[in-house]
Amino acid sequence: MKELLMGNEAIAMGALAAGVKVVSGYPGTPSSEVLETIAKRNPGGVHVEWSVNEKAGAEVAVGAAYTGARSLVTMKQMGLNVASDPIMCVNYIGIKGGMVIFVADDPGPISSQTEQDTRHFGKYAHIPVFDCDSPEQAFYAVQVAFAFSERHATPVILRSTTRVCHACADIDVPEIQPPSDCEGFQKDSKWVIFPKRAYEAKMHIAKREPELADEFSQFLTDRPWTADGEGSPFRLAGNSLEGNGPVGIACGGISYAYVKEAIAGHEEDYTVLKIATPYPFPAALARRFLMGVDKVLVFEELDPYIEDALIYEYGMISLDIDDFIIGKRTGHVPAGGELSAEIVADVLNETGKESLGKSNPISFDDKPDLPIRPPVLCAGCPHRGAFYAVKAAVAKEKAEAIYCGDIGCYTLGNAAPLNMVDTCLCMGAGITVAQGLGHADDRTINFGFIGDSTFFASGITGTVNAVYNQSNMILCILDNSTTAMTGHQPHPGMGITMMGERVKPVDIAKVLEGVGVEWIRTVDPLDLQASMDTVRAAMQETGVRAIIFKSPCIALIPPKEPAVVTDSCVGCMRCINEIGCPAMIPYEDRGAGKPGKKVRIDKSLCTGCGLCSQLCPVDCIRTAEEAKASEVDQ
Amino acid sequence: MTEQNVKSCLLCGVGGQGTVLASRIIAAAAMEKGLRAKTAETIGMAQRGGSVVSHVRTGMQIPSPMIPKGKADILIGFEPGEAAKNIEYLKENGTLILCAQEVKPITASLGQSGYDGDTCIAYLRGKIPKCYVIDTGRIIEACGNPKVLNVAVVGALCASGEMGLSIEDVDRALEIKLKPKVLDVNKQALRMGAACIK
Repeated sequence: MKELLMGNEAIAMGALAAGVKVVSGYPGTPSSEVLETIAKRNPGGVHVEWSVNEKAGAEVAVGAAYTGARSLVTMKQMGLNVASDPIMCVNYIGIKGGMVIFVADDPGPISSQTEQDTRHFGKYAHIPVFDCDSPEQAFYAVQVAFAFSERHATPVILRSTTRVCHACADIDVPEIQPPSDCEGFQKDSKWVIFPKRAYEAKMHIAKREPELADEFSQFLTDRPWTADGEGSPFRLAGNSLEGNGPVGIACGGISYAYVKEAIAGHEEDYTVLKIATPYPFPAALARRFLMGVDKVLVFEELDPYIEDALIYEYGMISLDIDDFIIGKRTGHVPAGGELSAEIVADVLNETGKESLGKSNPISFDDKPDLPIRPPVLCAGCPHRGAFYAVKAAVAKEKAEAIYCGDIGCYTLGNAAPLNMVDTCLCMGAGITVAQGLGHADDRTINFGFIGDSTFFASGITGTVNAVYNQSNMILCILDNSTTAMTGHQPHPGMGITMMGERVKPVDIAKVLEGVGVEWIRTVDPLDLQASMDTVRAAMQETGVRAIIFKSPCIALIPPKEPAVVTDSCVGCMRCINEIGCPAMIPYEDRGAGKPGKKVRIDKSLCTGCGLCSQLCPVDCIRTAEEAKASEVDQ
Repeated sequence: MTEQNVKSCLLCGVGGQGTVLASRIIAAAAMEKGLRAKTAETIGMAQRGGSVVSHVRTGMQIPSPMIPKGKADILIGFEPGEAAKNIEYLKENGTLILCAQEVKPITASLGQSGYDGDTCIAYLRGKIPKCYVIDTGRIIEACGNPKVLNVAVVGALCASGEMGLSIEDVDRALEIKLKPKVLDVNKQALRMGAACIK
């Protein structure tokens, strides 16, 4: 049925037609009507929320997209700055269901602080950008964006500007069906952003960039886009190269309409290039345009993005660039990772220049097995107790759970044998990704883990979002009373400032209570039974539940006497295989007693936390306290 | 081109072994002699039981804080496996100082890695002509303090002559860097480490 739709409404209807399942955002002119229209036209089954801010909204959308559902987050250009934390990480991690980040730019500015151009942000973040030039084009652009996002497992930005967002046009809107069920979250190390994972992602992105640019050069309004099936109207969202005139005009977005208006009746004088996919820039198409004209005029709102890209392409055509400028673009210098004098020397050698002398001629290709040392939680770290209690409680309840981790020492809960970090995106996102997973798929219990310092840094917003938007999740705050990973800096919960002044500590439990969390418990993570009981109790409840696992970082307190393994050790390895404490060392006992495989404790590492003694099935591990107590008994 | 008088030492070990402090002591000793010093480390996440590599360069004009592969005059392995990982940094005929004691990673306890320290020591002895294995356990026992390990290997570094630093140069650095109450035990460790190089 034909309807007169505002650009933002057209984008909303396009998103619904594409089967979007979770929609989040924060209002901001000229973006707000997209989310409002989806709420109004919700066919049922679409979760729509105004998030507390754009960062929370983007993280919720990311969580949803991890399940295979399609998600949309909406904001204006200033909000993109707030959301940049998760966006600058999900660009590397990728998604499963299509994820569209809708950003409305505000040339003028008419109702914004600055004229910020989102096309640059896409380039900076290595996130493909689709641009809207009219409401009817935007209706298709959003659908193309979802399909493209899913095909390449990357979030995409759909950008629009005021005169597209707030202009109206008659659009044929199909009947909207509720979104289909998603496959659900599949656990995989790829969802956890660790340095090695990030490096590999960066290399993948760099390799992909020219491929996507080529794909965009083929995405034209006057030919079917193979990627989307023949005969589809989606090509209307593409780039275009129109006319054969000697004067080239390059434009994008609403400026395309102004150019068409201005040259009406004189089309034969011009060749018009419309860029609907600013990033990765369709270089091949742009070069074809540049080669066919005598002069180029560029019309675009905000920054000279297309203009700069054309200058770059013109330089590439005019210079014999492959020999003239050598670097990352020619593949000589690695696209990611650190540089070194060796790499510089290698490139110099490759290009026939003198450099650093030869290295040691001895070959070391035949090295024996080397120690693999992934960073792990320290011996005695209370986080180990918290993770293990949650894992054991979930096993007892026979529940299916997803563990959304966060940034800090406790990211190391991802290591075997704990394997307790299923997602890790950015500061505070454990809480919000858990919400997104839950809104897309209610079959799992979702835990969000966050440390005390990270809670203050970025967790409170997400907690408010969970309460306000009625999430079902269990929030685990791992409170070790410091900012441990970075070197034990003070934070608002500690009662001391950087300059050493004593101040009133901000109480995490009171913050939770204040923002409306109704089920809050505090427990010692090194008391395994109490911790497990608390987690199991939380699992019986619904809504937002919070458990504060409170025990200081081992670096802050003097260690207790190390635990000892008595002769009754049967070598079952349960202690090592369950909690993976680095102080537990397996060895072959060849002594007089019962020989065989046993476990000993490295006294230089053990802090006497007692976690291992609580799970030993034959009760052979004694902390100093337990040893003393048994002496008294005797 | 790196000038001839630049001396480079790579220290590698496991978080907590004191590699970073050792690098600072070597740099301080060189500065006491009127040389300039540059050091570089990878720290942060690596501190949690991970590998630590520390670059130390001394001389008058040091272009980069990072030692290129094959350019270290001396490589100090606080742990045999970590030394084997980084052995490419050692120059031809450079000196390798190796602590005999292995640190088993948790991945080995979990059966995910076949790492064995003695195998690495044997491998390195076979490859590197100037390879000195230090019985650090004996020094730690004699000094009664496991934290002196890093100063003991600096003693071995002095005795090797590769960095042009004397025991007395390092003594002065220790006096600046360490608390008075641990000074004597560290000076003892320094000498015991030096005695290991013959």
